[in-house]
Amino acid sequence: MIEQLLSHYNYWVVIILMMVGFYIVVAQGNLVKKVVGLNIFQTSVFIFYISVGKVEGGTAPILVEGVDVYSNPLPHVLILTAIVVGIATTALALALVIRIKEAYGSVEESELQIRDQQC
Amino acid sequence: MLLFLLIVTAFAIAYTKDLFAVVMLAGIYGLLSASFFVALDAVDVAFTEAAVGAGISPLLMLATLGLTGRFQTQTKSRFYLLGFALVVLVGALLMIGTADMPAFGSVDAPAQQHVAPRYIEKSYEEIAIPNVVTSVLASYRGFDTLGEVAVIFTAGLGVLSLLSISRKEEEKEGGVASMYEHTILRIVSKILIPAMLIFALYVQFHGEYGPGGGFQAGVIFAAAIILYSILFGLDVAKRVVNESVLQILAALGLLLYGSVGVVTMLSGKNFLDYNALAEDPGTGQHIGIIVIELGVGITVAAVMILIFFAFSRRMDREGGA
Repeated sequence: MIEQLLSHYNYWVVIILMMVGFYIVVAQGNLVKKVVGLNIFQTSVFIFYISVGKVEGGTAPILVEGVDVYSNPLPHVLILTAIVVGIATTALALALVIRIKEAYGSVEESELQIRDQQC
Repeated sequence: MLLFLLIVTAFAIAYTKDLFAVVMLAGIYGLLSASFFVALDAVDVAFTEAAVGAGISPLLMLATLGLTGRFQTQTKSRFYLLGFALVVLVGALLMIGTADMPAFGSVDAPAQQHVAPRYIEKSYEEIAIPNVVTSVLASYRGFDTLGEVAVIFTAGLGVLSLLSISRKEEEKEGGVASMYEHTILRIVSKILIPAMLIFALYVQFHGEYGPGGGFQAGVIFAAAIILYSILFGLDVAKRVVNESVLQILAALGLLLYGSVGVVTMLSGKNFLDYNALAEDPGTGQHIGIIVIELGVGITVAAVMILIFFAFSRRMDREGGA
């Protein structure tokens, strides 16, 4: 059990982080908070990929003489681009939040629903 | 240990109701995950995460808060208990799922078996540059990267069309940024910003040998310009970097990338096969990678700065009204 815990510690942390982000998205009403929650969820996936790519005793995947063990470069490439795409889409989400605020006068989910029913 | 700090920060974000504090915690969270990426050998990723997660992303969120209000009025939605139960259930299922995962860092894990060893063993022969991350990003998976740059460009377009203000209204605004009065901030930033810009250029053109590349350079460059416009005001910053030039640059970077592909096709090779660019495959790869990384860097920097300008222009208008 202890061995299992130590060797899978990273993955468990990823799951906890992911669930915290998920919880914020599901249970909290404020739209800005939801975007932060999505970001936490997203980062947990990044951490997962980078953890999978780590090789025991390896070093950063920049080839130098005298080093044989490198960590897996493929997850690094995927996550590197995902981070920049992530900030672009986050900006888009925040822009939508600003427009919602202007149209409805609120960014709280419950108030938005009341306003929708009135129409 | 870093992971433990990450969990603490995430829980703090979930419980804090002051959204200003939430955004600050999110910045700390970004910085912590960047340090974690360094510890796991992902230096290129750490670069990007530090500039994005602890720099640009909190800034955009702060700008949004300035427009939408600082405090959460309602803390729990009706689905609070249901949501909690769902989260615990999904988390437990995922935990059970990890039992089948290979141990952390093991050499014989499936992820380490397929293409990764080939990239590490052959990439120096085929691409002739030491940074494997760059050669995979720009050459082996060049087509993917082109798609990602297109996504960034499209998201930038989306933000601009959602937040754009007509030219007439724009002329009304003015005034000096409040930060300008802080002497220490002004002096320190005057020293820091040129260093940041030079560092961004270094990261851009050194990406083949050390950690770096177009994505990282783009966000660092953008962060420097954004810092400048926070301290000296949007109007001053716009005089330095013209907005319509930025819009053209954002498209130009993507075009530059795509046209490299077209050139290689015209030379009779596959789309984005840089071997067509020169007699010697190594030189061809070098030229191709430098050009497309430049395209990536230009688009990323231009889109990030444009997004920030769009946000802060909104804020100026709200403040004046």
